[in-house]
Amino acid sequence: MSIILDKVNFTYSPGNAYEKHAIRDISLKINDGQFIGIIGHTGSGKSTLIQHLNGLVRAQSGAIYYNGEDIYDRDYDMKKLRQKVGLVFQYPEHQLFETTIFKDVCFGPQNQGLEPKEAELRAFSALRTVGLPEKLWYQSPFELSGGQKRRVAIAGVLAMEPEVMILDEPTAGLDPRGRDEILEQLARMHRELKITIILVSHSMEDVANYVERLIVMNQGQVMLDGTPRQVFAYYRELEAVGLSAPQVTYLMHELRQKGLAVDADATTLEEAKASILRALKERR
Amino acid sequence: MKFIEARKLVHEYIRRDEEGNVESIQTALDQVDLEIEEGEFVAVLGHNGSGKSTFAKHLNVLLSPTEGSLWVDGKDVNDADKLWEIRKTAGMVFQNPDNQIVASVVEEDVGFGPENIGVPTREIWERVDQSLRDVGMTEYRSHSPNKLSGGQKQRVAIAGVMAMEPRCIILDEPTAMLDPHGRREVLEAARRLNQEKGVTLIWITHYMEEVVHADRVYVMDSGSVVLKGTPREIFSQVDTLKKYRLDVPQMTLLAHELRQAGVGIPAGILTRQELVEALCRSGLEERGGGGYAGVGRE
Repeated sequence: MSIILDKVNFTYSPGNAYEKHAIRDISLKINDGQFIGIIGHTGSGKSTLIQHLNGLVRAQSGAIYYNGEDIYDRDYDMKKLRQKVGLVFQYPEHQLFETTIFKDVCFGPQNQGLEPKEAELRAFSALRTVGLPEKLWYQSPFELSGGQKRRVAIAGVLAMEPEVMILDEPTAGLDPRGRDEILEQLARMHRELKITIILVSHSMEDVANYVERLIVMNQGQVMLDGTPRQVFAYYRELEAVGLSAPQVTYLMHELRQKGLAVDADATTLEEAKASILRALKERR
Repeated sequence: MKFIEARKLVHEYIRRDEEGNVESIQTALDQVDLEIEEGEFVAVLGHNGSGKSTFAKHLNVLLSPTEGSLWVDGKDVNDADKLWEIRKTAGMVFQNPDNQIVASVVEEDVGFGPENIGVPTREIWERVDQSLRDVGMTEYRSHSPNKLSGGQKQRVAIAGVMAMEPRCIILDEPTAMLDPHGRREVLEAARRLNQEKGVTLIWITHYMEEVVHADRVYVMDSGSVVLKGTPREIFSQVDTLKKYRLDVPQMTLLAHELRQAGVGIPAGILTRQELVEALCRSGLEERGGGGYAGVGRE
């Protein structure tokens, strides 16, 4: 089970003055159950790429296979694909519209053609998964805080029981606690429900802390693909394209230059702390 | 009187049903007292819904106080006659780079503000030149704004505010939607205006790293100011900040944890550079014998 992209190309407004080659010759394999981060500066093709994964945008050339089936096949059920691959857009709370939170979360599964009863069960379980207190469920979604609204929006996609969930900057504009809550939730969904999660982010610290595989986009192409450790070792190359490494990576490099034998590839606070303590100890 | 002064400022969002009866009252600002000196770089932190944006919107009278008062450059926001003067004194930059641009060419967008308040044409162009230079966007003056990056759009928005020749700029999460490069660009442009032109900056953010260079930090929670001080004073209170749903810069947190593990470095480290220096010094001391508790014990 996987998503395979084979030499996918997409150009906006082909043939006129606004032509923009958004992604070029992308070949990728996304295995089941991975927690993947995608980073890249604004305009690097991240959003275009993820819109291909559930068929919102159709590649002009190349092929995409979902679980071995060609999604551009004439008989392929695109609607099914969109249920299996859930997409949470940026600022998803702007898409809430129902009078109560519960109804809003029911909308997706009902739209899939499920019986009301079944849709409600799905909504129950989704709202519970995102950890929204039950006393809020029958209130208007518009009275919630930013982080809570976003969790409702995520529950709405989760209620469709997707196999893959793609989130475009799910923490933008949230306070630090709200950010941590959402990321913890995603990590838990990944762990417990075994969903493949693809996280588009501008925060190097967040991806370093959570994902197991990191894809770096630049000018419509995959520039780097590996574990956060492997990717952030190329911090100079990342800077050249408007990105950066987590703060701790820079710290470790600077400490090494000053002669402290720390692990230069540490990307998280825990790794950095352990490595600094070890280096100080060895130095005695 | 201080440049900006709030006294017992209260703002309530009142919701009414169709007949006009009060349905609910939400107190967004609760007796806020606050003073800001001219030329300061002030950062405002607080979780979503803590009242930061409501406060910001009072500074250029997009909202009016329910009770209490606020003076901007000696002018009372409750005084309807002073409205336009206050708005000229205090300009505002919002979060979304895509919904504050009005013209189809960068220089026309920057000129929109001064034109709107009746500045003579020649002076408009002088202001546009100057403002674009201030934010480093001169080379893009004849470009279409929709081709710019997020950081560049935000700098155009700041230039648009600067063209009104304000003495204070309020930036309400101006970097929330930007990539790391764009964030740095916008912060640097704003700090330059503060340092070189003495423009007062009121910077609202969720990124703790951006606050490190502020002169003063205010932390808001449920509509009140709960902490104020220099970044070093504020960020030394790791646990208190967590209670307010906030955080400290990553370097501060790492330094805090290393200290707890017994490494001999000073409290209140804010930047990477400070931490590198402190660790190198602590390393040297260690070589001369001695050691720290907790490290190297086996």
